[in-house]
Amino acid sequence: MSGNHHNADESGPAARVKALEAILTEKGLLDPSALDAIVDAYETRVGPRNGARVVARAWTDPEYRKRLMANATAAVGELGFAGPEGGHLVAVENTDRIHNLVVCTLCSCYPWPVLGLPPVWYKSFAYRSRAVSDPRGVLKDFGLELGAEVQVRVWDSSAEIRYLVIPQRPNGTDAMSEDELAAIVTRDSMVGVEKIAPPVRAGAKRMRA
Amino acid sequence: MNGIHDMGGMDGFGPVVREAKEPVFHADWERRVFALMNVAMNVARVNIDEFRHAIERIPPGQYLASSYYERWLAAVEILLVERGVITREELIAKQDGSAEIVRAQIAAGMRTIGPDPIKEKPGAKSPRARFARGDRVRARNFNPSGHTRLPRYARGKRGVIARDWGVFVFPDTNAHHAGTKPQHCYSVGFDARELWGKSASSRERVLVDLWEDYLEPIDADSKPRRRRRVTAKRATRR
Repeated sequence: MSGNHHNADESGPAARVKALEAILTEKGLLDPSALDAIVDAYETRVGPRNGARVVARAWTDPEYRKRLMANATAAVGELGFAGPEGGHLVAVENTDRIHNLVVCTLCSCYPWPVLGLPPVWYKSFAYRSRAVSDPRGVLKDFGLELGAEVQVRVWDSSAEIRYLVIPQRPNGTDAMSEDELAAIVTRDSMVGVEKIAPPVRAGAKRMRA
Repeated sequence: MNGIHDMGGMDGFGPVVREAKEPVFHADWERRVFALMNVAMNVARVNIDEFRHAIERIPPGQYLASSYYERWLAAVEILLVERGVITREELIAKQDGSAEIVRAQIAAGMRTIGPDPIKEKPGAKSPRARFARGDRVRARNFNPSGHTRLPRYARGKRGVIARDWGVFVFPDTNAHHAGTKPQHCYSVGFDARELWGKSASSRERVLVDLWEDYLEPIDADSKPRRRRRVTAKRATRR
């Protein structure tokens, strides 16, 4: 009862959604090609690469960072990212002393324009239940152990605000370009469940992408 | 409603498991459900609060046994049938492939499309904010049978206003076509110890976004007054 499973026998939901689509199409209420366009957008254009670009820009451009912290919706829009679940974006910044973590205990609210659709773990009962009551324990599940001195802030997305975590820029990245930096920013670091490891050439172990 | 969806603080679901190189969708039917939800809710003029509430209304056992997009599919079916856009009979017939849809039935469905959409935008005149940053507040202890976005774990707990996000449509009424009731929504910070007790860390805070109707002020003067009363009672008993 993890709620994470994908129905082994897909005939159930597959047949039901096919029926729904057919009925709505026959009634002239639905154009199947509209569905294709939506799917295509979220599989190819709207995803965590967008958020990575926002983070890389914030790391390299102090003026942009200021604008992002003051009004994330507008600053994200400057880079051309906007859309559903992105009308009220807020950026929260991780530092040596403060670690931010984002959850939606009631459903699955997530900042689509910058991170795409949420991964299964974000929607899982395990994460939704425990992120608020045992955030350090949840972070350990991701292999991240925070020092006792670090304050953890958990943001429960219970309204229409959608949060983007600005992870800490790793050491040894001073010479990297904005594009190179964007390439090392991971989706999970922007939800707050992992830190970005220094690049491999700095001699450190690389965290999983 | 005190539903199974309100999971904050529950135990027993095990560790969080991350999937390596996870695809956006795990099956083609998930693609169709995701896209269909976006289009169908528009067709049926269902607002986001109603959609969330439809998922919450899935019986707890079924909710826990379903995958994420199965819950979305169930909610879309519920709402389309409730709004009269489609009928249960049509759905069953289509799935069996054994019966043709009767034209008259379709026409009946079309005639009973639900009421006009609720305006998602707050009114021209914004209500004034009752609270400001730094104000001490208590999340109300209420247990509505309908939709709410006040998680159970925060009810009755004391917090501090961290930010005023501005005016938003009130989900508790909007989900039930009882008006948009626009009001301020705040980021309210709760210490982990206030939420979970003394064994919790003093270096953890949970920030919950809460509408004004979920909050009551903790008057700065009320605490000393209450203490005085308690002292007086004790003195009398002695």
